[in-house]
Amino acid sequence: MNRNALRAFMVKEFRHILRDRQTLTILLMLPLVQVILFGYALRSDVRDIRMAVIDPTPDHATLELQSRFLSTNRFRIVTTSQTPDVIEPLFRRGRADVALVFDPDFASHLRGTEPARLLIAVDASDPNAGTTYLSYARAVISSYQAELSAQNRQVRIVTETRMRFNPTLESVNLFVPGLIALVLVLVSALMTAISLSREKERGTMEVLLVSPLRPQQIIVGKVLPYLALAFANVLTALLAAWAVFHVPFRGSVVLLLAESILYTLVSLALGVLVAARTSSQRAAMLTAALVTMLPNALLSGMIFPIASMPTWLVPFTYIAPARWFIVIARGIMLKGVGLTILWRETLMLSLMAMLLLAAAMRSFKPRLE
Amino acid sequence: MSNAVEVRSLSKSFASVKALDDISFDVGEGELFGLVGPDGAGKTTLFRILTTLLVPDRGTATVLGLDVVKDLWEIRSRVGYMPGGFALYPDLSVAENLEFFAAVFGTTVEKGYELIAPIYRQIEPFRDRRAEALSGGMKQKLALSCALVHRPDILLLDEPTTGVDAVSRREFWDQLGHLKASGLTIVVSTPYMDEAVRCDRVALIHGGKILEIDPPRSIGTRYGLPLIAVRGGDRFGLLHALREFPHAHTVYLFGDELHYTDSRADAPPETVANELREYLAGRGHKGVEAHPIAAGIEDSFMELMGSAPAPTATAA
Repeated sequence: MNRNALRAFMVKEFRHILRDRQTLTILLMLPLVQVILFGYALRSDVRDIRMAVIDPTPDHATLELQSRFLSTNRFRIVTTSQTPDVIEPLFRRGRADVALVFDPDFASHLRGTEPARLLIAVDASDPNAGTTYLSYARAVISSYQAELSAQNRQVRIVTETRMRFNPTLESVNLFVPGLIALVLVLVSALMTAISLSREKERGTMEVLLVSPLRPQQIIVGKVLPYLALAFANVLTALLAAWAVFHVPFRGSVVLLLAESILYTLVSLALGVLVAARTSSQRAAMLTAALVTMLPNALLSGMIFPIASMPTWLVPFTYIAPARWFIVIARGIMLKGVGLTILWRETLMLSLMAMLLLAAAMRSFKPRLE
Repeated sequence: MSNAVEVRSLSKSFASVKALDDISFDVGEGELFGLVGPDGAGKTTLFRILTTLLVPDRGTATVLGLDVVKDLWEIRSRVGYMPGGFALYPDLSVAENLEFFAAVFGTTVEKGYELIAPIYRQIEPFRDRRAEALSGGMKQKLALSCALVHRPDILLLDEPTTGVDAVSRREFWDQLGHLKASGLTIVVSTPYMDEAVRCDRVALIHGGKILEIDPPRSIGTRYGLPLIAVRGGDRFGLLHALREFPHAHTVYLFGDELHYTDSRADAPPETVANELREYLAGRGHKGVEAHPIAAGIEDSFMELMGSAPAPTATAA
């Protein structure tokens, strides 16, 4: 193994990356722009929340809480009823987003010492919107409760929530891990595939092959610089998510970065495999997009929650590396858990990385055919 | 040590296309060996087998006494290879390209400088310019420097002069002459007949077969039929008229001349020339010159191609 050759190879690769200003700008800006776009897109579509109110015993207190909802300018009451059986048809027909159901004893309990109960039901067929509705509703209720407490009244409002159509809904912050997963695939798989097939197209691969460099060395020299670029992307995406949207960061940053590298290796190996099987840049680009971007975007649970997929489709999600990475990243970022919880997903990614890297090394023939 | 290159009954097909069909030849040590033939003749396939990039279907080939299939790594560290179309990195500068290829071969520009100096010095003033901004001739010099920087024992050049201006082409062949003089074995392919004259020996290759191997001058002298150069007036009219001449064997356009071959092997060329002048004058072509010439390599090539089977190889 010639260390100078490897170093020269990586220097050359970095020069390619740095001199293609357009691509570099796109690659560096991509995570930033996407985080911001996703973030604002999520916020802007929750202006007009249609609410159904079920109030079996209308009272000063229940009307007061309803007016609190109205005064936020986000909620609009579409119907008021005394029985809860109106909710189901309203949700089914898409006429309401949220239902606020008061317990018959809500008002009396609020004046007494027993907990006052109410239920918020949310149409969560759009999971991201669903969580947002819920968090707004909760905010209204808790501010009402806080106000009552400030008046030195010991009150307890117990809110029960129910997500309709998608019971295992997760948090709004889910898009950041998914986004990182997608950007990493894009940078590593797509860019490696393109840059390897570019060598083929230019004929430089011929010269590299007719050199003492082993195919494995060529791959390592190709892959390492893109690993670095992908790493920079993880950092910018995380930074943007944290700085602009205050996405929580509860677990170990080091662990998350290490897992990102593992996941990037999987994508890089995919890129090498794609390049080995295609002969032009264009073909490599399309194939890489098809075999990496699509399954990772559609089957990973990033856009369509796995829980809401038909059962027969679920096993197919196992082949998308992003599926495992998203679970890991969400676990670390949002729940603050570590390897003791995430070892299964980490093991899956490690297995994928080893298998794909071995396949990539093998696929890269020392000759032209 | 044996020959620098030994090729025995080499065949290679791609799908249904026979790129190389039972080819055999030797290249001596220190020889400047030319492969001349049109596009699709099989030259590139031959180079790729010699550089261990392709495995032959049948037959054997050795380079520097090493088998192109078995000893691939040994061969790879000892050959200098320049594929068609200058394999350079357009976004890297002249110096960066050279440094990269030196490092890939486990050496440095300094160590190889003495050998490449006569060539590299001409482009060194532009060392910081990106390769994409170089002229064809400068790209060619850079590519040759890159192929030489690790001081190979044999140089394999696939169409190094394609897409290069006439002056650069001449300079390039001068450089090859110097390299040969230093003892380096060189195998070079070209579609240009005029370049073949600069080689020690030339193999004419067409349709995956070698038609003839000879020193470039003797290829011409082996031409058996009277050859007359005809010029003047309307070339296409002359071409038609000559092809209708009863003893015409072949008539080809060669630049602004026509090369006419007579089918009567024993006819004195002067007589044939006189006959042609009279014949053409009778057909209304005025002021036509016709005089016997010695066959060049191109004439031989055309003649050999005319008797060879139709080209089947289209491999790049």
